[in-house]
Amino acid sequence: MSTSTTLETPSTGTWDGGNEPLKASYGKLMMWFFLLSDAFTFGAFLIVYGLSRHKHLPYTGEPEAFTFSTQWWPIPEKVFNAFPGFHGVDLPLAFVALMTMILILSSVTMVLAVEAGHRMDKNDVQKWLLWTILFGATFLGCQAWEWAHFITGTEEGMMLADGTRIIGANLTVNQYGPPLFADLFFFITGFHGTHVFSGVILLIIIFLNTVYGTYQKRGHYEMVEKVGLYWHFVDLVWVFVFTFFYLI
Amino acid sequence: MAMHTDHGHDDYNQTGEIPAPQTKAIWKTFGILVALTALEFLIAFTMDAGTARNAIFIILTIFKAFFIVAEFMHLKHETKALIWMVMLPMALVVWLMVALISEGSYYFDSVTNYFN
Repeated sequence: MSTSTTLETPSTGTWDGGNEPLKASYGKLMMWFFLLSDAFTFGAFLIVYGLSRHKHLPYTGEPEAFTFSTQWWPIPEKVFNAFPGFHGVDLPLAFVALMTMILILSSVTMVLAVEAGHRMDKNDVQKWLLWTILFGATFLGCQAWEWAHFITGTEEGMMLADGTRIIGANLTVNQYGPPLFADLFFFITGFHGTHVFSGVILLIIIFLNTVYGTYQKRGHYEMVEKVGLYWHFVDLVWVFVFTFFYLI
Repeated sequence: MAMHTDHGHDDYNQTGEIPAPQTKAIWKTFGILVALTALEFLIAFTMDAGTARNAIFIILTIFKAFFIVAEFMHLKHETKALIWMVMLPMALVVWLMVALISEGSYYFDSVTNYFN
């Protein structure tokens, strides 16, 4: 008799699973923990970058007289100074500035989609998710161009002591400086780009679900919030990559 | 099309009044992020490279990270326990990063010397 009554009414005591100390759903908590573990991975990348940077000598001459050499770590402004359609024009960090703006904008449209979800406004959720997908895809396109340019290299390349030239970069040779610089560029921006790509796929899935009315029927748009957390994290990582890779 | 009449049209579409959007705080955060990024570029082109400039960059980055995590990811408005759950491990990782990078040359030298 007593057992059947306990089964019928759920326990509500503090230590019986009756309270919810974090006031957040299971899915959101798991997304936070996943993002925390992902932050460890990116942290490890930045540690390796810092170590390698520390190990190589800095360039000490005048910034105007800077040339690419394996002797020193390159100045980022001298490496990332190209812009699509402006061949041969020195535009330091202009393209990466554009990419940063695109990603920040995509974060804003994402948070607007989450806000629309709270109001159960299906049309607004669709609109803002589409903008986010558009900005995310544009960012990926920009990164593809950035990589293609980095791999192809510049006409001058790097002049070696024996008169030969290195043009372009891959995992073993690099015209911009020590090979480690190119390796870290590929791994750090590549890992971030993979995250953006996964984010765009997730956004397309939740966009389709919104169009089909899955969340409207469910009564809440929490899935949009969870994907939103992931998307903001990708933006957050870019903020750090931008500072440590392009500015410092 | 029998399915359609069974469920009724409203299951798949919005019903009733939709409240007006509250987006003031979102656009304000966006403005702050853009301003901080613009400031970073200004400093990159007007200040000579060095420890002082790097310190400014890192401080501005932490400010930007704060606004993204607190407002966009809504962490500021979660419970205290959840905030600590996220911030404490991150603080330890930041400590690890600072420690490893500041010991960087010693570490690399000892590895290099060991194999030579």
